[in-house]
Amino acid sequence: MQSSLRIVWIYPDLLSTYGDQGNVLVLEQRAHKRGIPVETVHVRSSDPVPEQGDIYLIGGGEDRPQILGAERLRRDGGLQRAIARGAALLAVCAGYQIMGSVFGGEEGQPVPGIGLLDISSSRGERRSVGELAADVDPELGVPTLTGFENHMGVTHLGPGVRPLSKTIVGTGNGDGTEGCHTGKIVGTYLHGPALARNPGLADLLLRWAVGPLPAIEDGWYERLRQERLAAVLP
Amino acid sequence: MSQLPLRAQLASALGRTAATLSRATGRGDGSVIGGRVGLLLEPDLLRKLAADRRLALVSATNGKTTTTRLITAALRELGDVASNAFGANMPAGHVSALSTNKAAPYAVLEVDEKYLPEVLDTTEAGVVVLMNLSRDQMDRAAEIWLLAQKWRRALDGKPAHVIANCDDPLVTWGASTAARVTWVAGGQRWREDSWCCPECGGPLDRKAADWACRECTFHRPEPNWVLDDEDVIDPRGDRWRLNLKLPGLANRSNAAIALATAEAFGLAPHLALPRLREVTSVAGRYTTVERDGRSLRLLLAKNPAGWLEAFDVSSAERPIILSVNAQGPDGRDTSWLWDVDYRILNGRPVQVTGERRLDLALRLDVAGVPFTLRDSFGQAVASLPPGDIDVIANYTAFQAIRTEFGRAE
Repeated sequence: MQSSLRIVWIYPDLLSTYGDQGNVLVLEQRAHKRGIPVETVHVRSSDPVPEQGDIYLIGGGEDRPQILGAERLRRDGGLQRAIARGAALLAVCAGYQIMGSVFGGEEGQPVPGIGLLDISSSRGERRSVGELAADVDPELGVPTLTGFENHMGVTHLGPGVRPLSKTIVGTGNGDGTEGCHTGKIVGTYLHGPALARNPGLADLLLRWAVGPLPAIEDGWYERLRQERLAAVLP
Repeated sequence: MSQLPLRAQLASALGRTAATLSRATGRGDGSVIGGRVGLLLEPDLLRKLAADRRLALVSATNGKTTTTRLITAALRELGDVASNAFGANMPAGHVSALSTNKAAPYAVLEVDEKYLPEVLDTTEAGVVVLMNLSRDQMDRAAEIWLLAQKWRRALDGKPAHVIANCDDPLVTWGASTAARVTWVAGGQRWREDSWCCPECGGPLDRKAADWACRECTFHRPEPNWVLDDEDVIDPRGDRWRLNLKLPGLANRSNAAIALATAEAFGLAPHLALPRLREVTSVAGRYTTVERDGRSLRLLLAKNPAGWLEAFDVSSAERPIILSVNAQGPDGRDTSWLWDVDYRILNGRPVQVTGERRLDLALRLDVAGVPFTLRDSFGQAVASLPPGDIDVIANYTAFQAIRTEFGRAE
C-alpha cells in the first residue's frame, strides 16, 4: 500500500469559474481506478498553500480575482516551494497567466505574475471563445488536445518553456501554439474541466507524481473526445 | 395612459402588426420581432411607452421569469399590468410588451442582467427588483462582478426604490448605491460565487445566512423582510404562510421578493398573497404533461445554481430524465456541468439525453452516478414505467421538450 496521492486545488474561492473542479474530480477518479488513494486539499485564498502536495491545480477566473490570486500566491510562497521540491502543476487560463512574469489587468495594465513559467501575457484585441483542438508536443506522448477556450490573453513563450501544442482549431497563445510545459508544469488556456476532455493529460500529471500507470478503460472519456474532435476538425 | 406622439403611435402599431404576422406564420410568439420593428421606427419608443406608468424592472441570474410573473399576478389586484411574460427580456421585448398593453397603468418587466442599466436609464422605472447573481453561460454572458459594478453605477443618483436579496453578497453590493433599498432575506443556496468580498476582495465570513467581510466593513444589511422556511415575515413582524402552488425553496424566495415588491406599490401582503397562490406554472416551468400513462414534471435548469434549485423541487422517489444542449442560448460551453454536484441523484433511475448527452454522461460517470444514455427524449420516456417522472433540462432542451407537448404552459 503506497501513501496517498496529495492533490492541492489552489484558491477555488477566487479561481474557479468554469467547472475547474472537474480537473480535481477527473484526477481523483483516474487515481482511484488504479487503486491509488487520494487526499485532496481545497486551499482558500485566505489560507497558506501547503508545500507537501504532489499535484497542484489552479483554475480560471475574472480579472480582479486573477490579480488578487497572483498577489496572494506571491506573498504566500507555498506553491513556489512545492514546485522547487518537484511537485507537478496544471495551471489553467487565468491561473496559467499568473505563472508567468507578467499578465494584463482589467484595463490592460501589466500585473506581475509569480514567475514559475518563462512566459509573459498581455491583453489581446478581442476575446477568443470556442472549441479548440491542438497537436500536443510529441515529447509528452499525449493525443490531440480538445477543449474550450474563453479569454482575451495573448501569451509569449520564452526559451525556458516549450509549447504544449500546435493549434489546429482555436487561438491558444495567439501565435499558433497552445499552452506550454516545462519540467512537471503544464499551462493551458483550455479552461474548466480540461482533463475530462484530455484524460491523457490527466495521466501525464499522475505519472509525474507516482510513476508508471496501468492502462484503464476509457469508455466515456473516449466517446466524448471523439464526438468533440469530430465536431471541430476539418 | 396618455397619448403617444404620432410617430410613436405608428411605430407601436407597425410593431404589433409584425408580431401578429410572426405568430400567424408560426415563426415565434412575436414578442421580439414586433419590438424590433417598433424600435427601428422610433428609437425613443421604450421611453415613451414607459412614461406615465408605474414600472418595476426585475433582474437576476435565476428566477427572473417566475418572479416577474408573481409580481404581475399580485399587481393585477391594483389594475391592469403590462408584462413581457414570454421572457423576451431585452429592449425589443420590453417595447413589445408595453405596446400590446398601452392602457395598463402598471408594468412589470423582466430585464436581462446586462441590459438593466440601459433599461433603467430609458424607462426611469420607480422600482427595481434584484434577486441573485451567479455564474451563467460564461461564453457569452458578462462576468458577474462586472455586472454588479454596472448595477451600482446605474442605480447611483437615481430615485428608484430597490427591492434586493441581502442574502446574496454580490446583489447586496450591486444594490447598495441606490437611494432607497428594501432588503429581503430570500436565501442563497448556491454560494460558490460569493466567498470573496465584492468591495475589497477579502474573505467573506459566513455563519448561517449572515455574512461579513473579514477585512473591510462590508456586511449583510439588516433585512426588512425574511423568508423563514414556509413563511414570510413582513417588516411589521407579521408571519405569512406562503402555501404556493409553485414548488421549492427558490419559488418561496421569489414569492418573498414579490410580496416586498407588491408592498412597494402599496399592496399589502393579505391582498398580494392570494394572487401569488394562483400561479401554477410559468412558461412551461413546473408544469406536468402526460404521455402514455407517464406524468412528466418539467423543470428548467440553465446553470449550476438553477440545478440546485431543480434538485430541491425534484422528488427523490421519482425516476429522472436529464437533457442538456449547448446551442447559443444555452451557452456553447458545457464546462458548468462540472460545477453541479450530481451525487444527489444516486439511487434514482437516471436517463440522459440531449445534444450534449456525452458531456453529461462522463460527468455522471466521474460522480459515480449510474445512468442510461438515450438517443432521444422519446426513448428516455418510453424506457421508464408508467408513473411520475421528473425532467430537468437546460434552455433549448427544455423548449424542445415543451414543443413536443404543444408548448405546454
